[in-house]
Amino acid sequence: MDDAIPATGLNWRRASIAGAVALPIIALLAFGMTRDPGEITSPLPGKMAPDFALEVFAQGEPGQERMVGDTVRLSEMRGQVVVLNFWGSWCLECRREHQALTNVASEYATKGVKFFGVLYNDQPSTALRWIQEMGGQSYPSVNDPRTRTSIDYGIYGAPETFFIAKNGVVAYKHIGALTEAIMIQKLDSLIAAPSS
Amino acid sequence: MTAVMVTTSAMGQSVTGATVAVDTVLDRRTREVASELRCPVCQGLSIADSPSELAQEMKGLVREQLASGKSPEQVRAYFIDKYGEWVLLAPKPEGFNLLVYLLPAALVMGGGWFVWRYVRRHTDTPAEQV
Amino acid sequence: MTRLIGANALIVALGVTVVGLLLVTFGARRQRAEWVEAGYSATYLQFALVTAATFAMIFGLVSHDFSIDYVAQVGSRATPLYYTVISLWGALEGSILFWGWVLSLLTALVVFWNRDRGGKLIPYTTATLLGVGIFFQILLVGPAHPFGLVSPVPLDGPGPNPLLQNHWLMGIHPPLLYLGYVGMTVPFAFAMGAMAAGEVGDTGWIRLSRRWLLGAWAFLTAAIIAGMWWSYEVLGWGGYWAWDPVENASFMPWLTATAFLHSVMVQERRGLLKLWNLNLIVATFVLTILGTFLTRSGVLTSVHAFTEGNIGYYFLVAIAIVLLLSFVLVAGNSEKLTSDGQLEGTASRGSVFLLNNLFLTAFTFTVLVGTLFPLVAEAVRGVKVSVGEPFFNRMTVPICVALLFLMGVGPALPWKAADRATIRRKLLPPAIGSGVALLVALFAGTRDVFALLAFMFAAFALVANVGEFVEGARLRMQQRGESAPLALSELVNANRRRYGGYVAHLGVVAVAAAITAASTFKTEYEGTIKKGESLKIGENMAVRLDEVWGREEPQRAVIGTTLTLLKNGREIATLDPRMNFYPTSQQPVPTPAVRSRPTGDIYVNLQAFQQDGSNATLRVIVEPLVPWIWLGGMIICCGALISMLPVPGAARVRAAARAESAERAPGATTPVTAS
Repeated sequence: MDDAIPATGLNWRRASIAGAVALPIIALLAFGMTRDPGEITSPLPGKMAPDFALEVFAQGEPGQERMVGDTVRLSEMRGQVVVLNFWGSWCLECRREHQALTNVASEYATKGVKFFGVLYNDQPSTALRWIQEMGGQSYPSVNDPRTRTSIDYGIYGAPETFFIAKNGVVAYKHIGALTEAIMIQKLDSLIAAPSS
Repeated sequence: MTAVMVTTSAMGQSVTGATVAVDTVLDRRTREVASELRCPVCQGLSIADSPSELAQEMKGLVREQLASGKSPEQVRAYFIDKYGEWVLLAPKPEGFNLLVYLLPAALVMGGGWFVWRYVRRHTDTPAEQV
Repeated sequence: MTRLIGANALIVALGVTVVGLLLVTFGARRQRAEWVEAGYSATYLQFALVTAATFAMIFGLVSHDFSIDYVAQVGSRATPLYYTVISLWGALEGSILFWGWVLSLLTALVVFWNRDRGGKLIPYTTATLLGVGIFFQILLVGPAHPFGLVSPVPLDGPGPNPLLQNHWLMGIHPPLLYLGYVGMTVPFAFAMGAMAAGEVGDTGWIRLSRRWLLGAWAFLTAAIIAGMWWSYEVLGWGGYWAWDPVENASFMPWLTATAFLHSVMVQERRGLLKLWNLNLIVATFVLTILGTFLTRSGVLTSVHAFTEGNIGYYFLVAIAIVLLLSFVLVAGNSEKLTSDGQLEGTASRGSVFLLNNLFLTAFTFTVLVGTLFPLVAEAVRGVKVSVGEPFFNRMTVPICVALLFLMGVGPALPWKAADRATIRRKLLPPAIGSGVALLVALFAGTRDVFALLAFMFAAFALVANVGEFVEGARLRMQQRGESAPLALSELVNANRRRYGGYVAHLGVVAVAAAITAASTFKTEYEGTIKKGESLKIGENMAVRLDEVWGREEPQRAVIGTTLTLLKNGREIATLDPRMNFYPTSQQPVPTPAVRSRPTGDIYVNLQAFQQDGSNATLRVIVEPLVPWIWLGGMIICCGALISMLPVPGAARVRAAARAESAERAPGATTPVTAS
């Protein structure tokens, strides 16, 4: 597009004004490149985590274990750090983070951190098969059959993970696959914080 | 195969009769509110339009909340609380957002004035003769 | 082997394009005709090479050559052949390749049809086209290289995006869209060429541009309508337009191109609006590039398949160059485009065209502001906001209503200043028509003010445009004693451009009336019913659930329902809405069942089902007049086609002299600007 412009005949004053008009548009588009439209900042961090009462369908392993059929209520876990991982067997990113979650959950069981999977947009039967296929899940998963808890947490995809402080406030929301490093960093600072 | 299944007692009403009709005042109010809320898993569709499961559930929730006596404004507030301003498909006309409403209006008015002047300037016969 | 042919063809094509660009540019500057000729030949060679690469890709897809990374990305042995071929544009790299191919084709055609013209216009136009071509070819050898080697070679691939292999329209919509989009590059290239050649004040380039733009506009129109239809048939929500950034991106250049098709007549007849028309041509192209940038770079929509890599930055650089260059050139040349002509009256067709341009520009601006506002809000406030359907409907419906009104007034008014008697005579029948429409709409229960206005003005425009045909044909029948059908066809033949335009207007009326009716009288019914039960629809209709069934296909699993549509208890049709489960997709892809009649559609989507097949959740949407949207789109394209047909050669020159008499006796002669 480097046409030869005749040296004469261009009104440079008008041309430079027009060029100056183009710059903010370009700047706006360049700014857009730095943003991810899929990442919607959640209003939840800093607010009390919404309470829920959901039924366990996968019991997890000793340390985090809950009986199948038990009803888990967030309000019962005040004073403890809670990690809520919204997932589904259809979700590819969930496969990527699965091992990291399972590892950290069993490691932090002794430090009083509770992990729960919340099944989003999926069937417990399919989810159980998935867990088996993935070699187990060290923490219990609860079912959210009408996605009301998911809506309460402002979920728009999976995986999304909430780190809830001892006082019941959402400390951090992670979108997409988690890594062990991120979890350890967040959890250590939450455990260290006073529980009031 | 993942069979996605909804048993929507909220949406579907009871199905004992031979024929089920679903179009009530509450449905219309639900639709009004739901058509202003953005479906989180779609590309720009409202939860009223989206056939996705999450949108269906959200619509059901809108319906429940309206049925329990909440005002449309309160229902919107609930969703803004959970999803942020992003969930509104038309930005609230206040503060900075006014820009998106006023700029087009300003263009129409400014352009209209310009066209009027242009026609006056480039017309042989003055407008009064018509 | 296929991979190497494709990869090397693209590399050589880039070299040839660069050389061609240098040859035509310097050949024109130094007045070396043989350089320019060599540059022209390079455009043919470029076309041949990109064609070779495109065919290599199609061959690779069809032969399941998974060593090619694009094939490994979108191909699958289980995919039916049709969808394998059209997956050429199913993902980023392939769509850029196809884009590049269309561009190289159009470049070669521009050269082929115009190479005998003297002067610098065509060399510089070719240079611009090759410059744009270089951009796409850089993408093709760089960030969007489709012929990368996959090692080890996979045995099978995941197949195309499920949404793109679920309906035959996906084979139609993208090629039309690319032809429309890429076609808009050609008028832009003429504009840039004219500015570079110092001929921007002449009429030669604007006539060439007009024809190309009209052609591209017809393709874009067809593409937009086909896209709406696809969305209606595949997405399962019963709508056809969601004001999604991708849709807006295709709509904005359509609006500016539409504005140009009208305002260029003011320039041709009255010598006005020269600078404005140049602006519209440039804006149309810039909007196509902006739209591509917005949708392909992941700035506004997060379509994951299309955001990988850093291709967005290439687009950003390209759009910066295009914006700066075109703004600077247009503003720098603006002095040469003083308008010397005069309109002939305030109440004349010329004024209506100005208003039409005002509203089309306002429309474009509203869509642009709405599309970009989320970015602006995030930059300024740091908050993500959405701008969607409720906003766009609220803002643009009044503009649409105004445009419909003008579409009736314009054809009725003459170019010359109209006296009151003429205006009255011309506008009375349309006014009666709109009165009737108002009564009918009120009687049918319309209460929304804008819907009433839309029905009124649609009727107004309908009567006014049909009136032009009637009046012209009647005049011929009186003056020449022709029979009615002959008079009508001769009338259109004698002035194809004008009457083609009116045909397009009739198509727009159909689309506008259908959309208004569909959104005003749309009714929805939703319910979960057991086998044997029925869901009541309106007063006298119902759908009965007969069966829930499942079927395994090579590339997907299908769950469907068999429904019977009942009217007054009588069985009138069988419907089978389905859900398709693809292994690569978390969400099922619906196939709604649509029963179409001229009066409207019954649209049934399967929302959910019980796994044991005992019940299903259905959503039934009754949408009046929807088929008229698709039909109207076809009518618009027919109108464009009529306008594009060449005027019988000999008449052209003589016609110029008799332009004025054409005004008095419509269709009696060919008007001035029938090129």
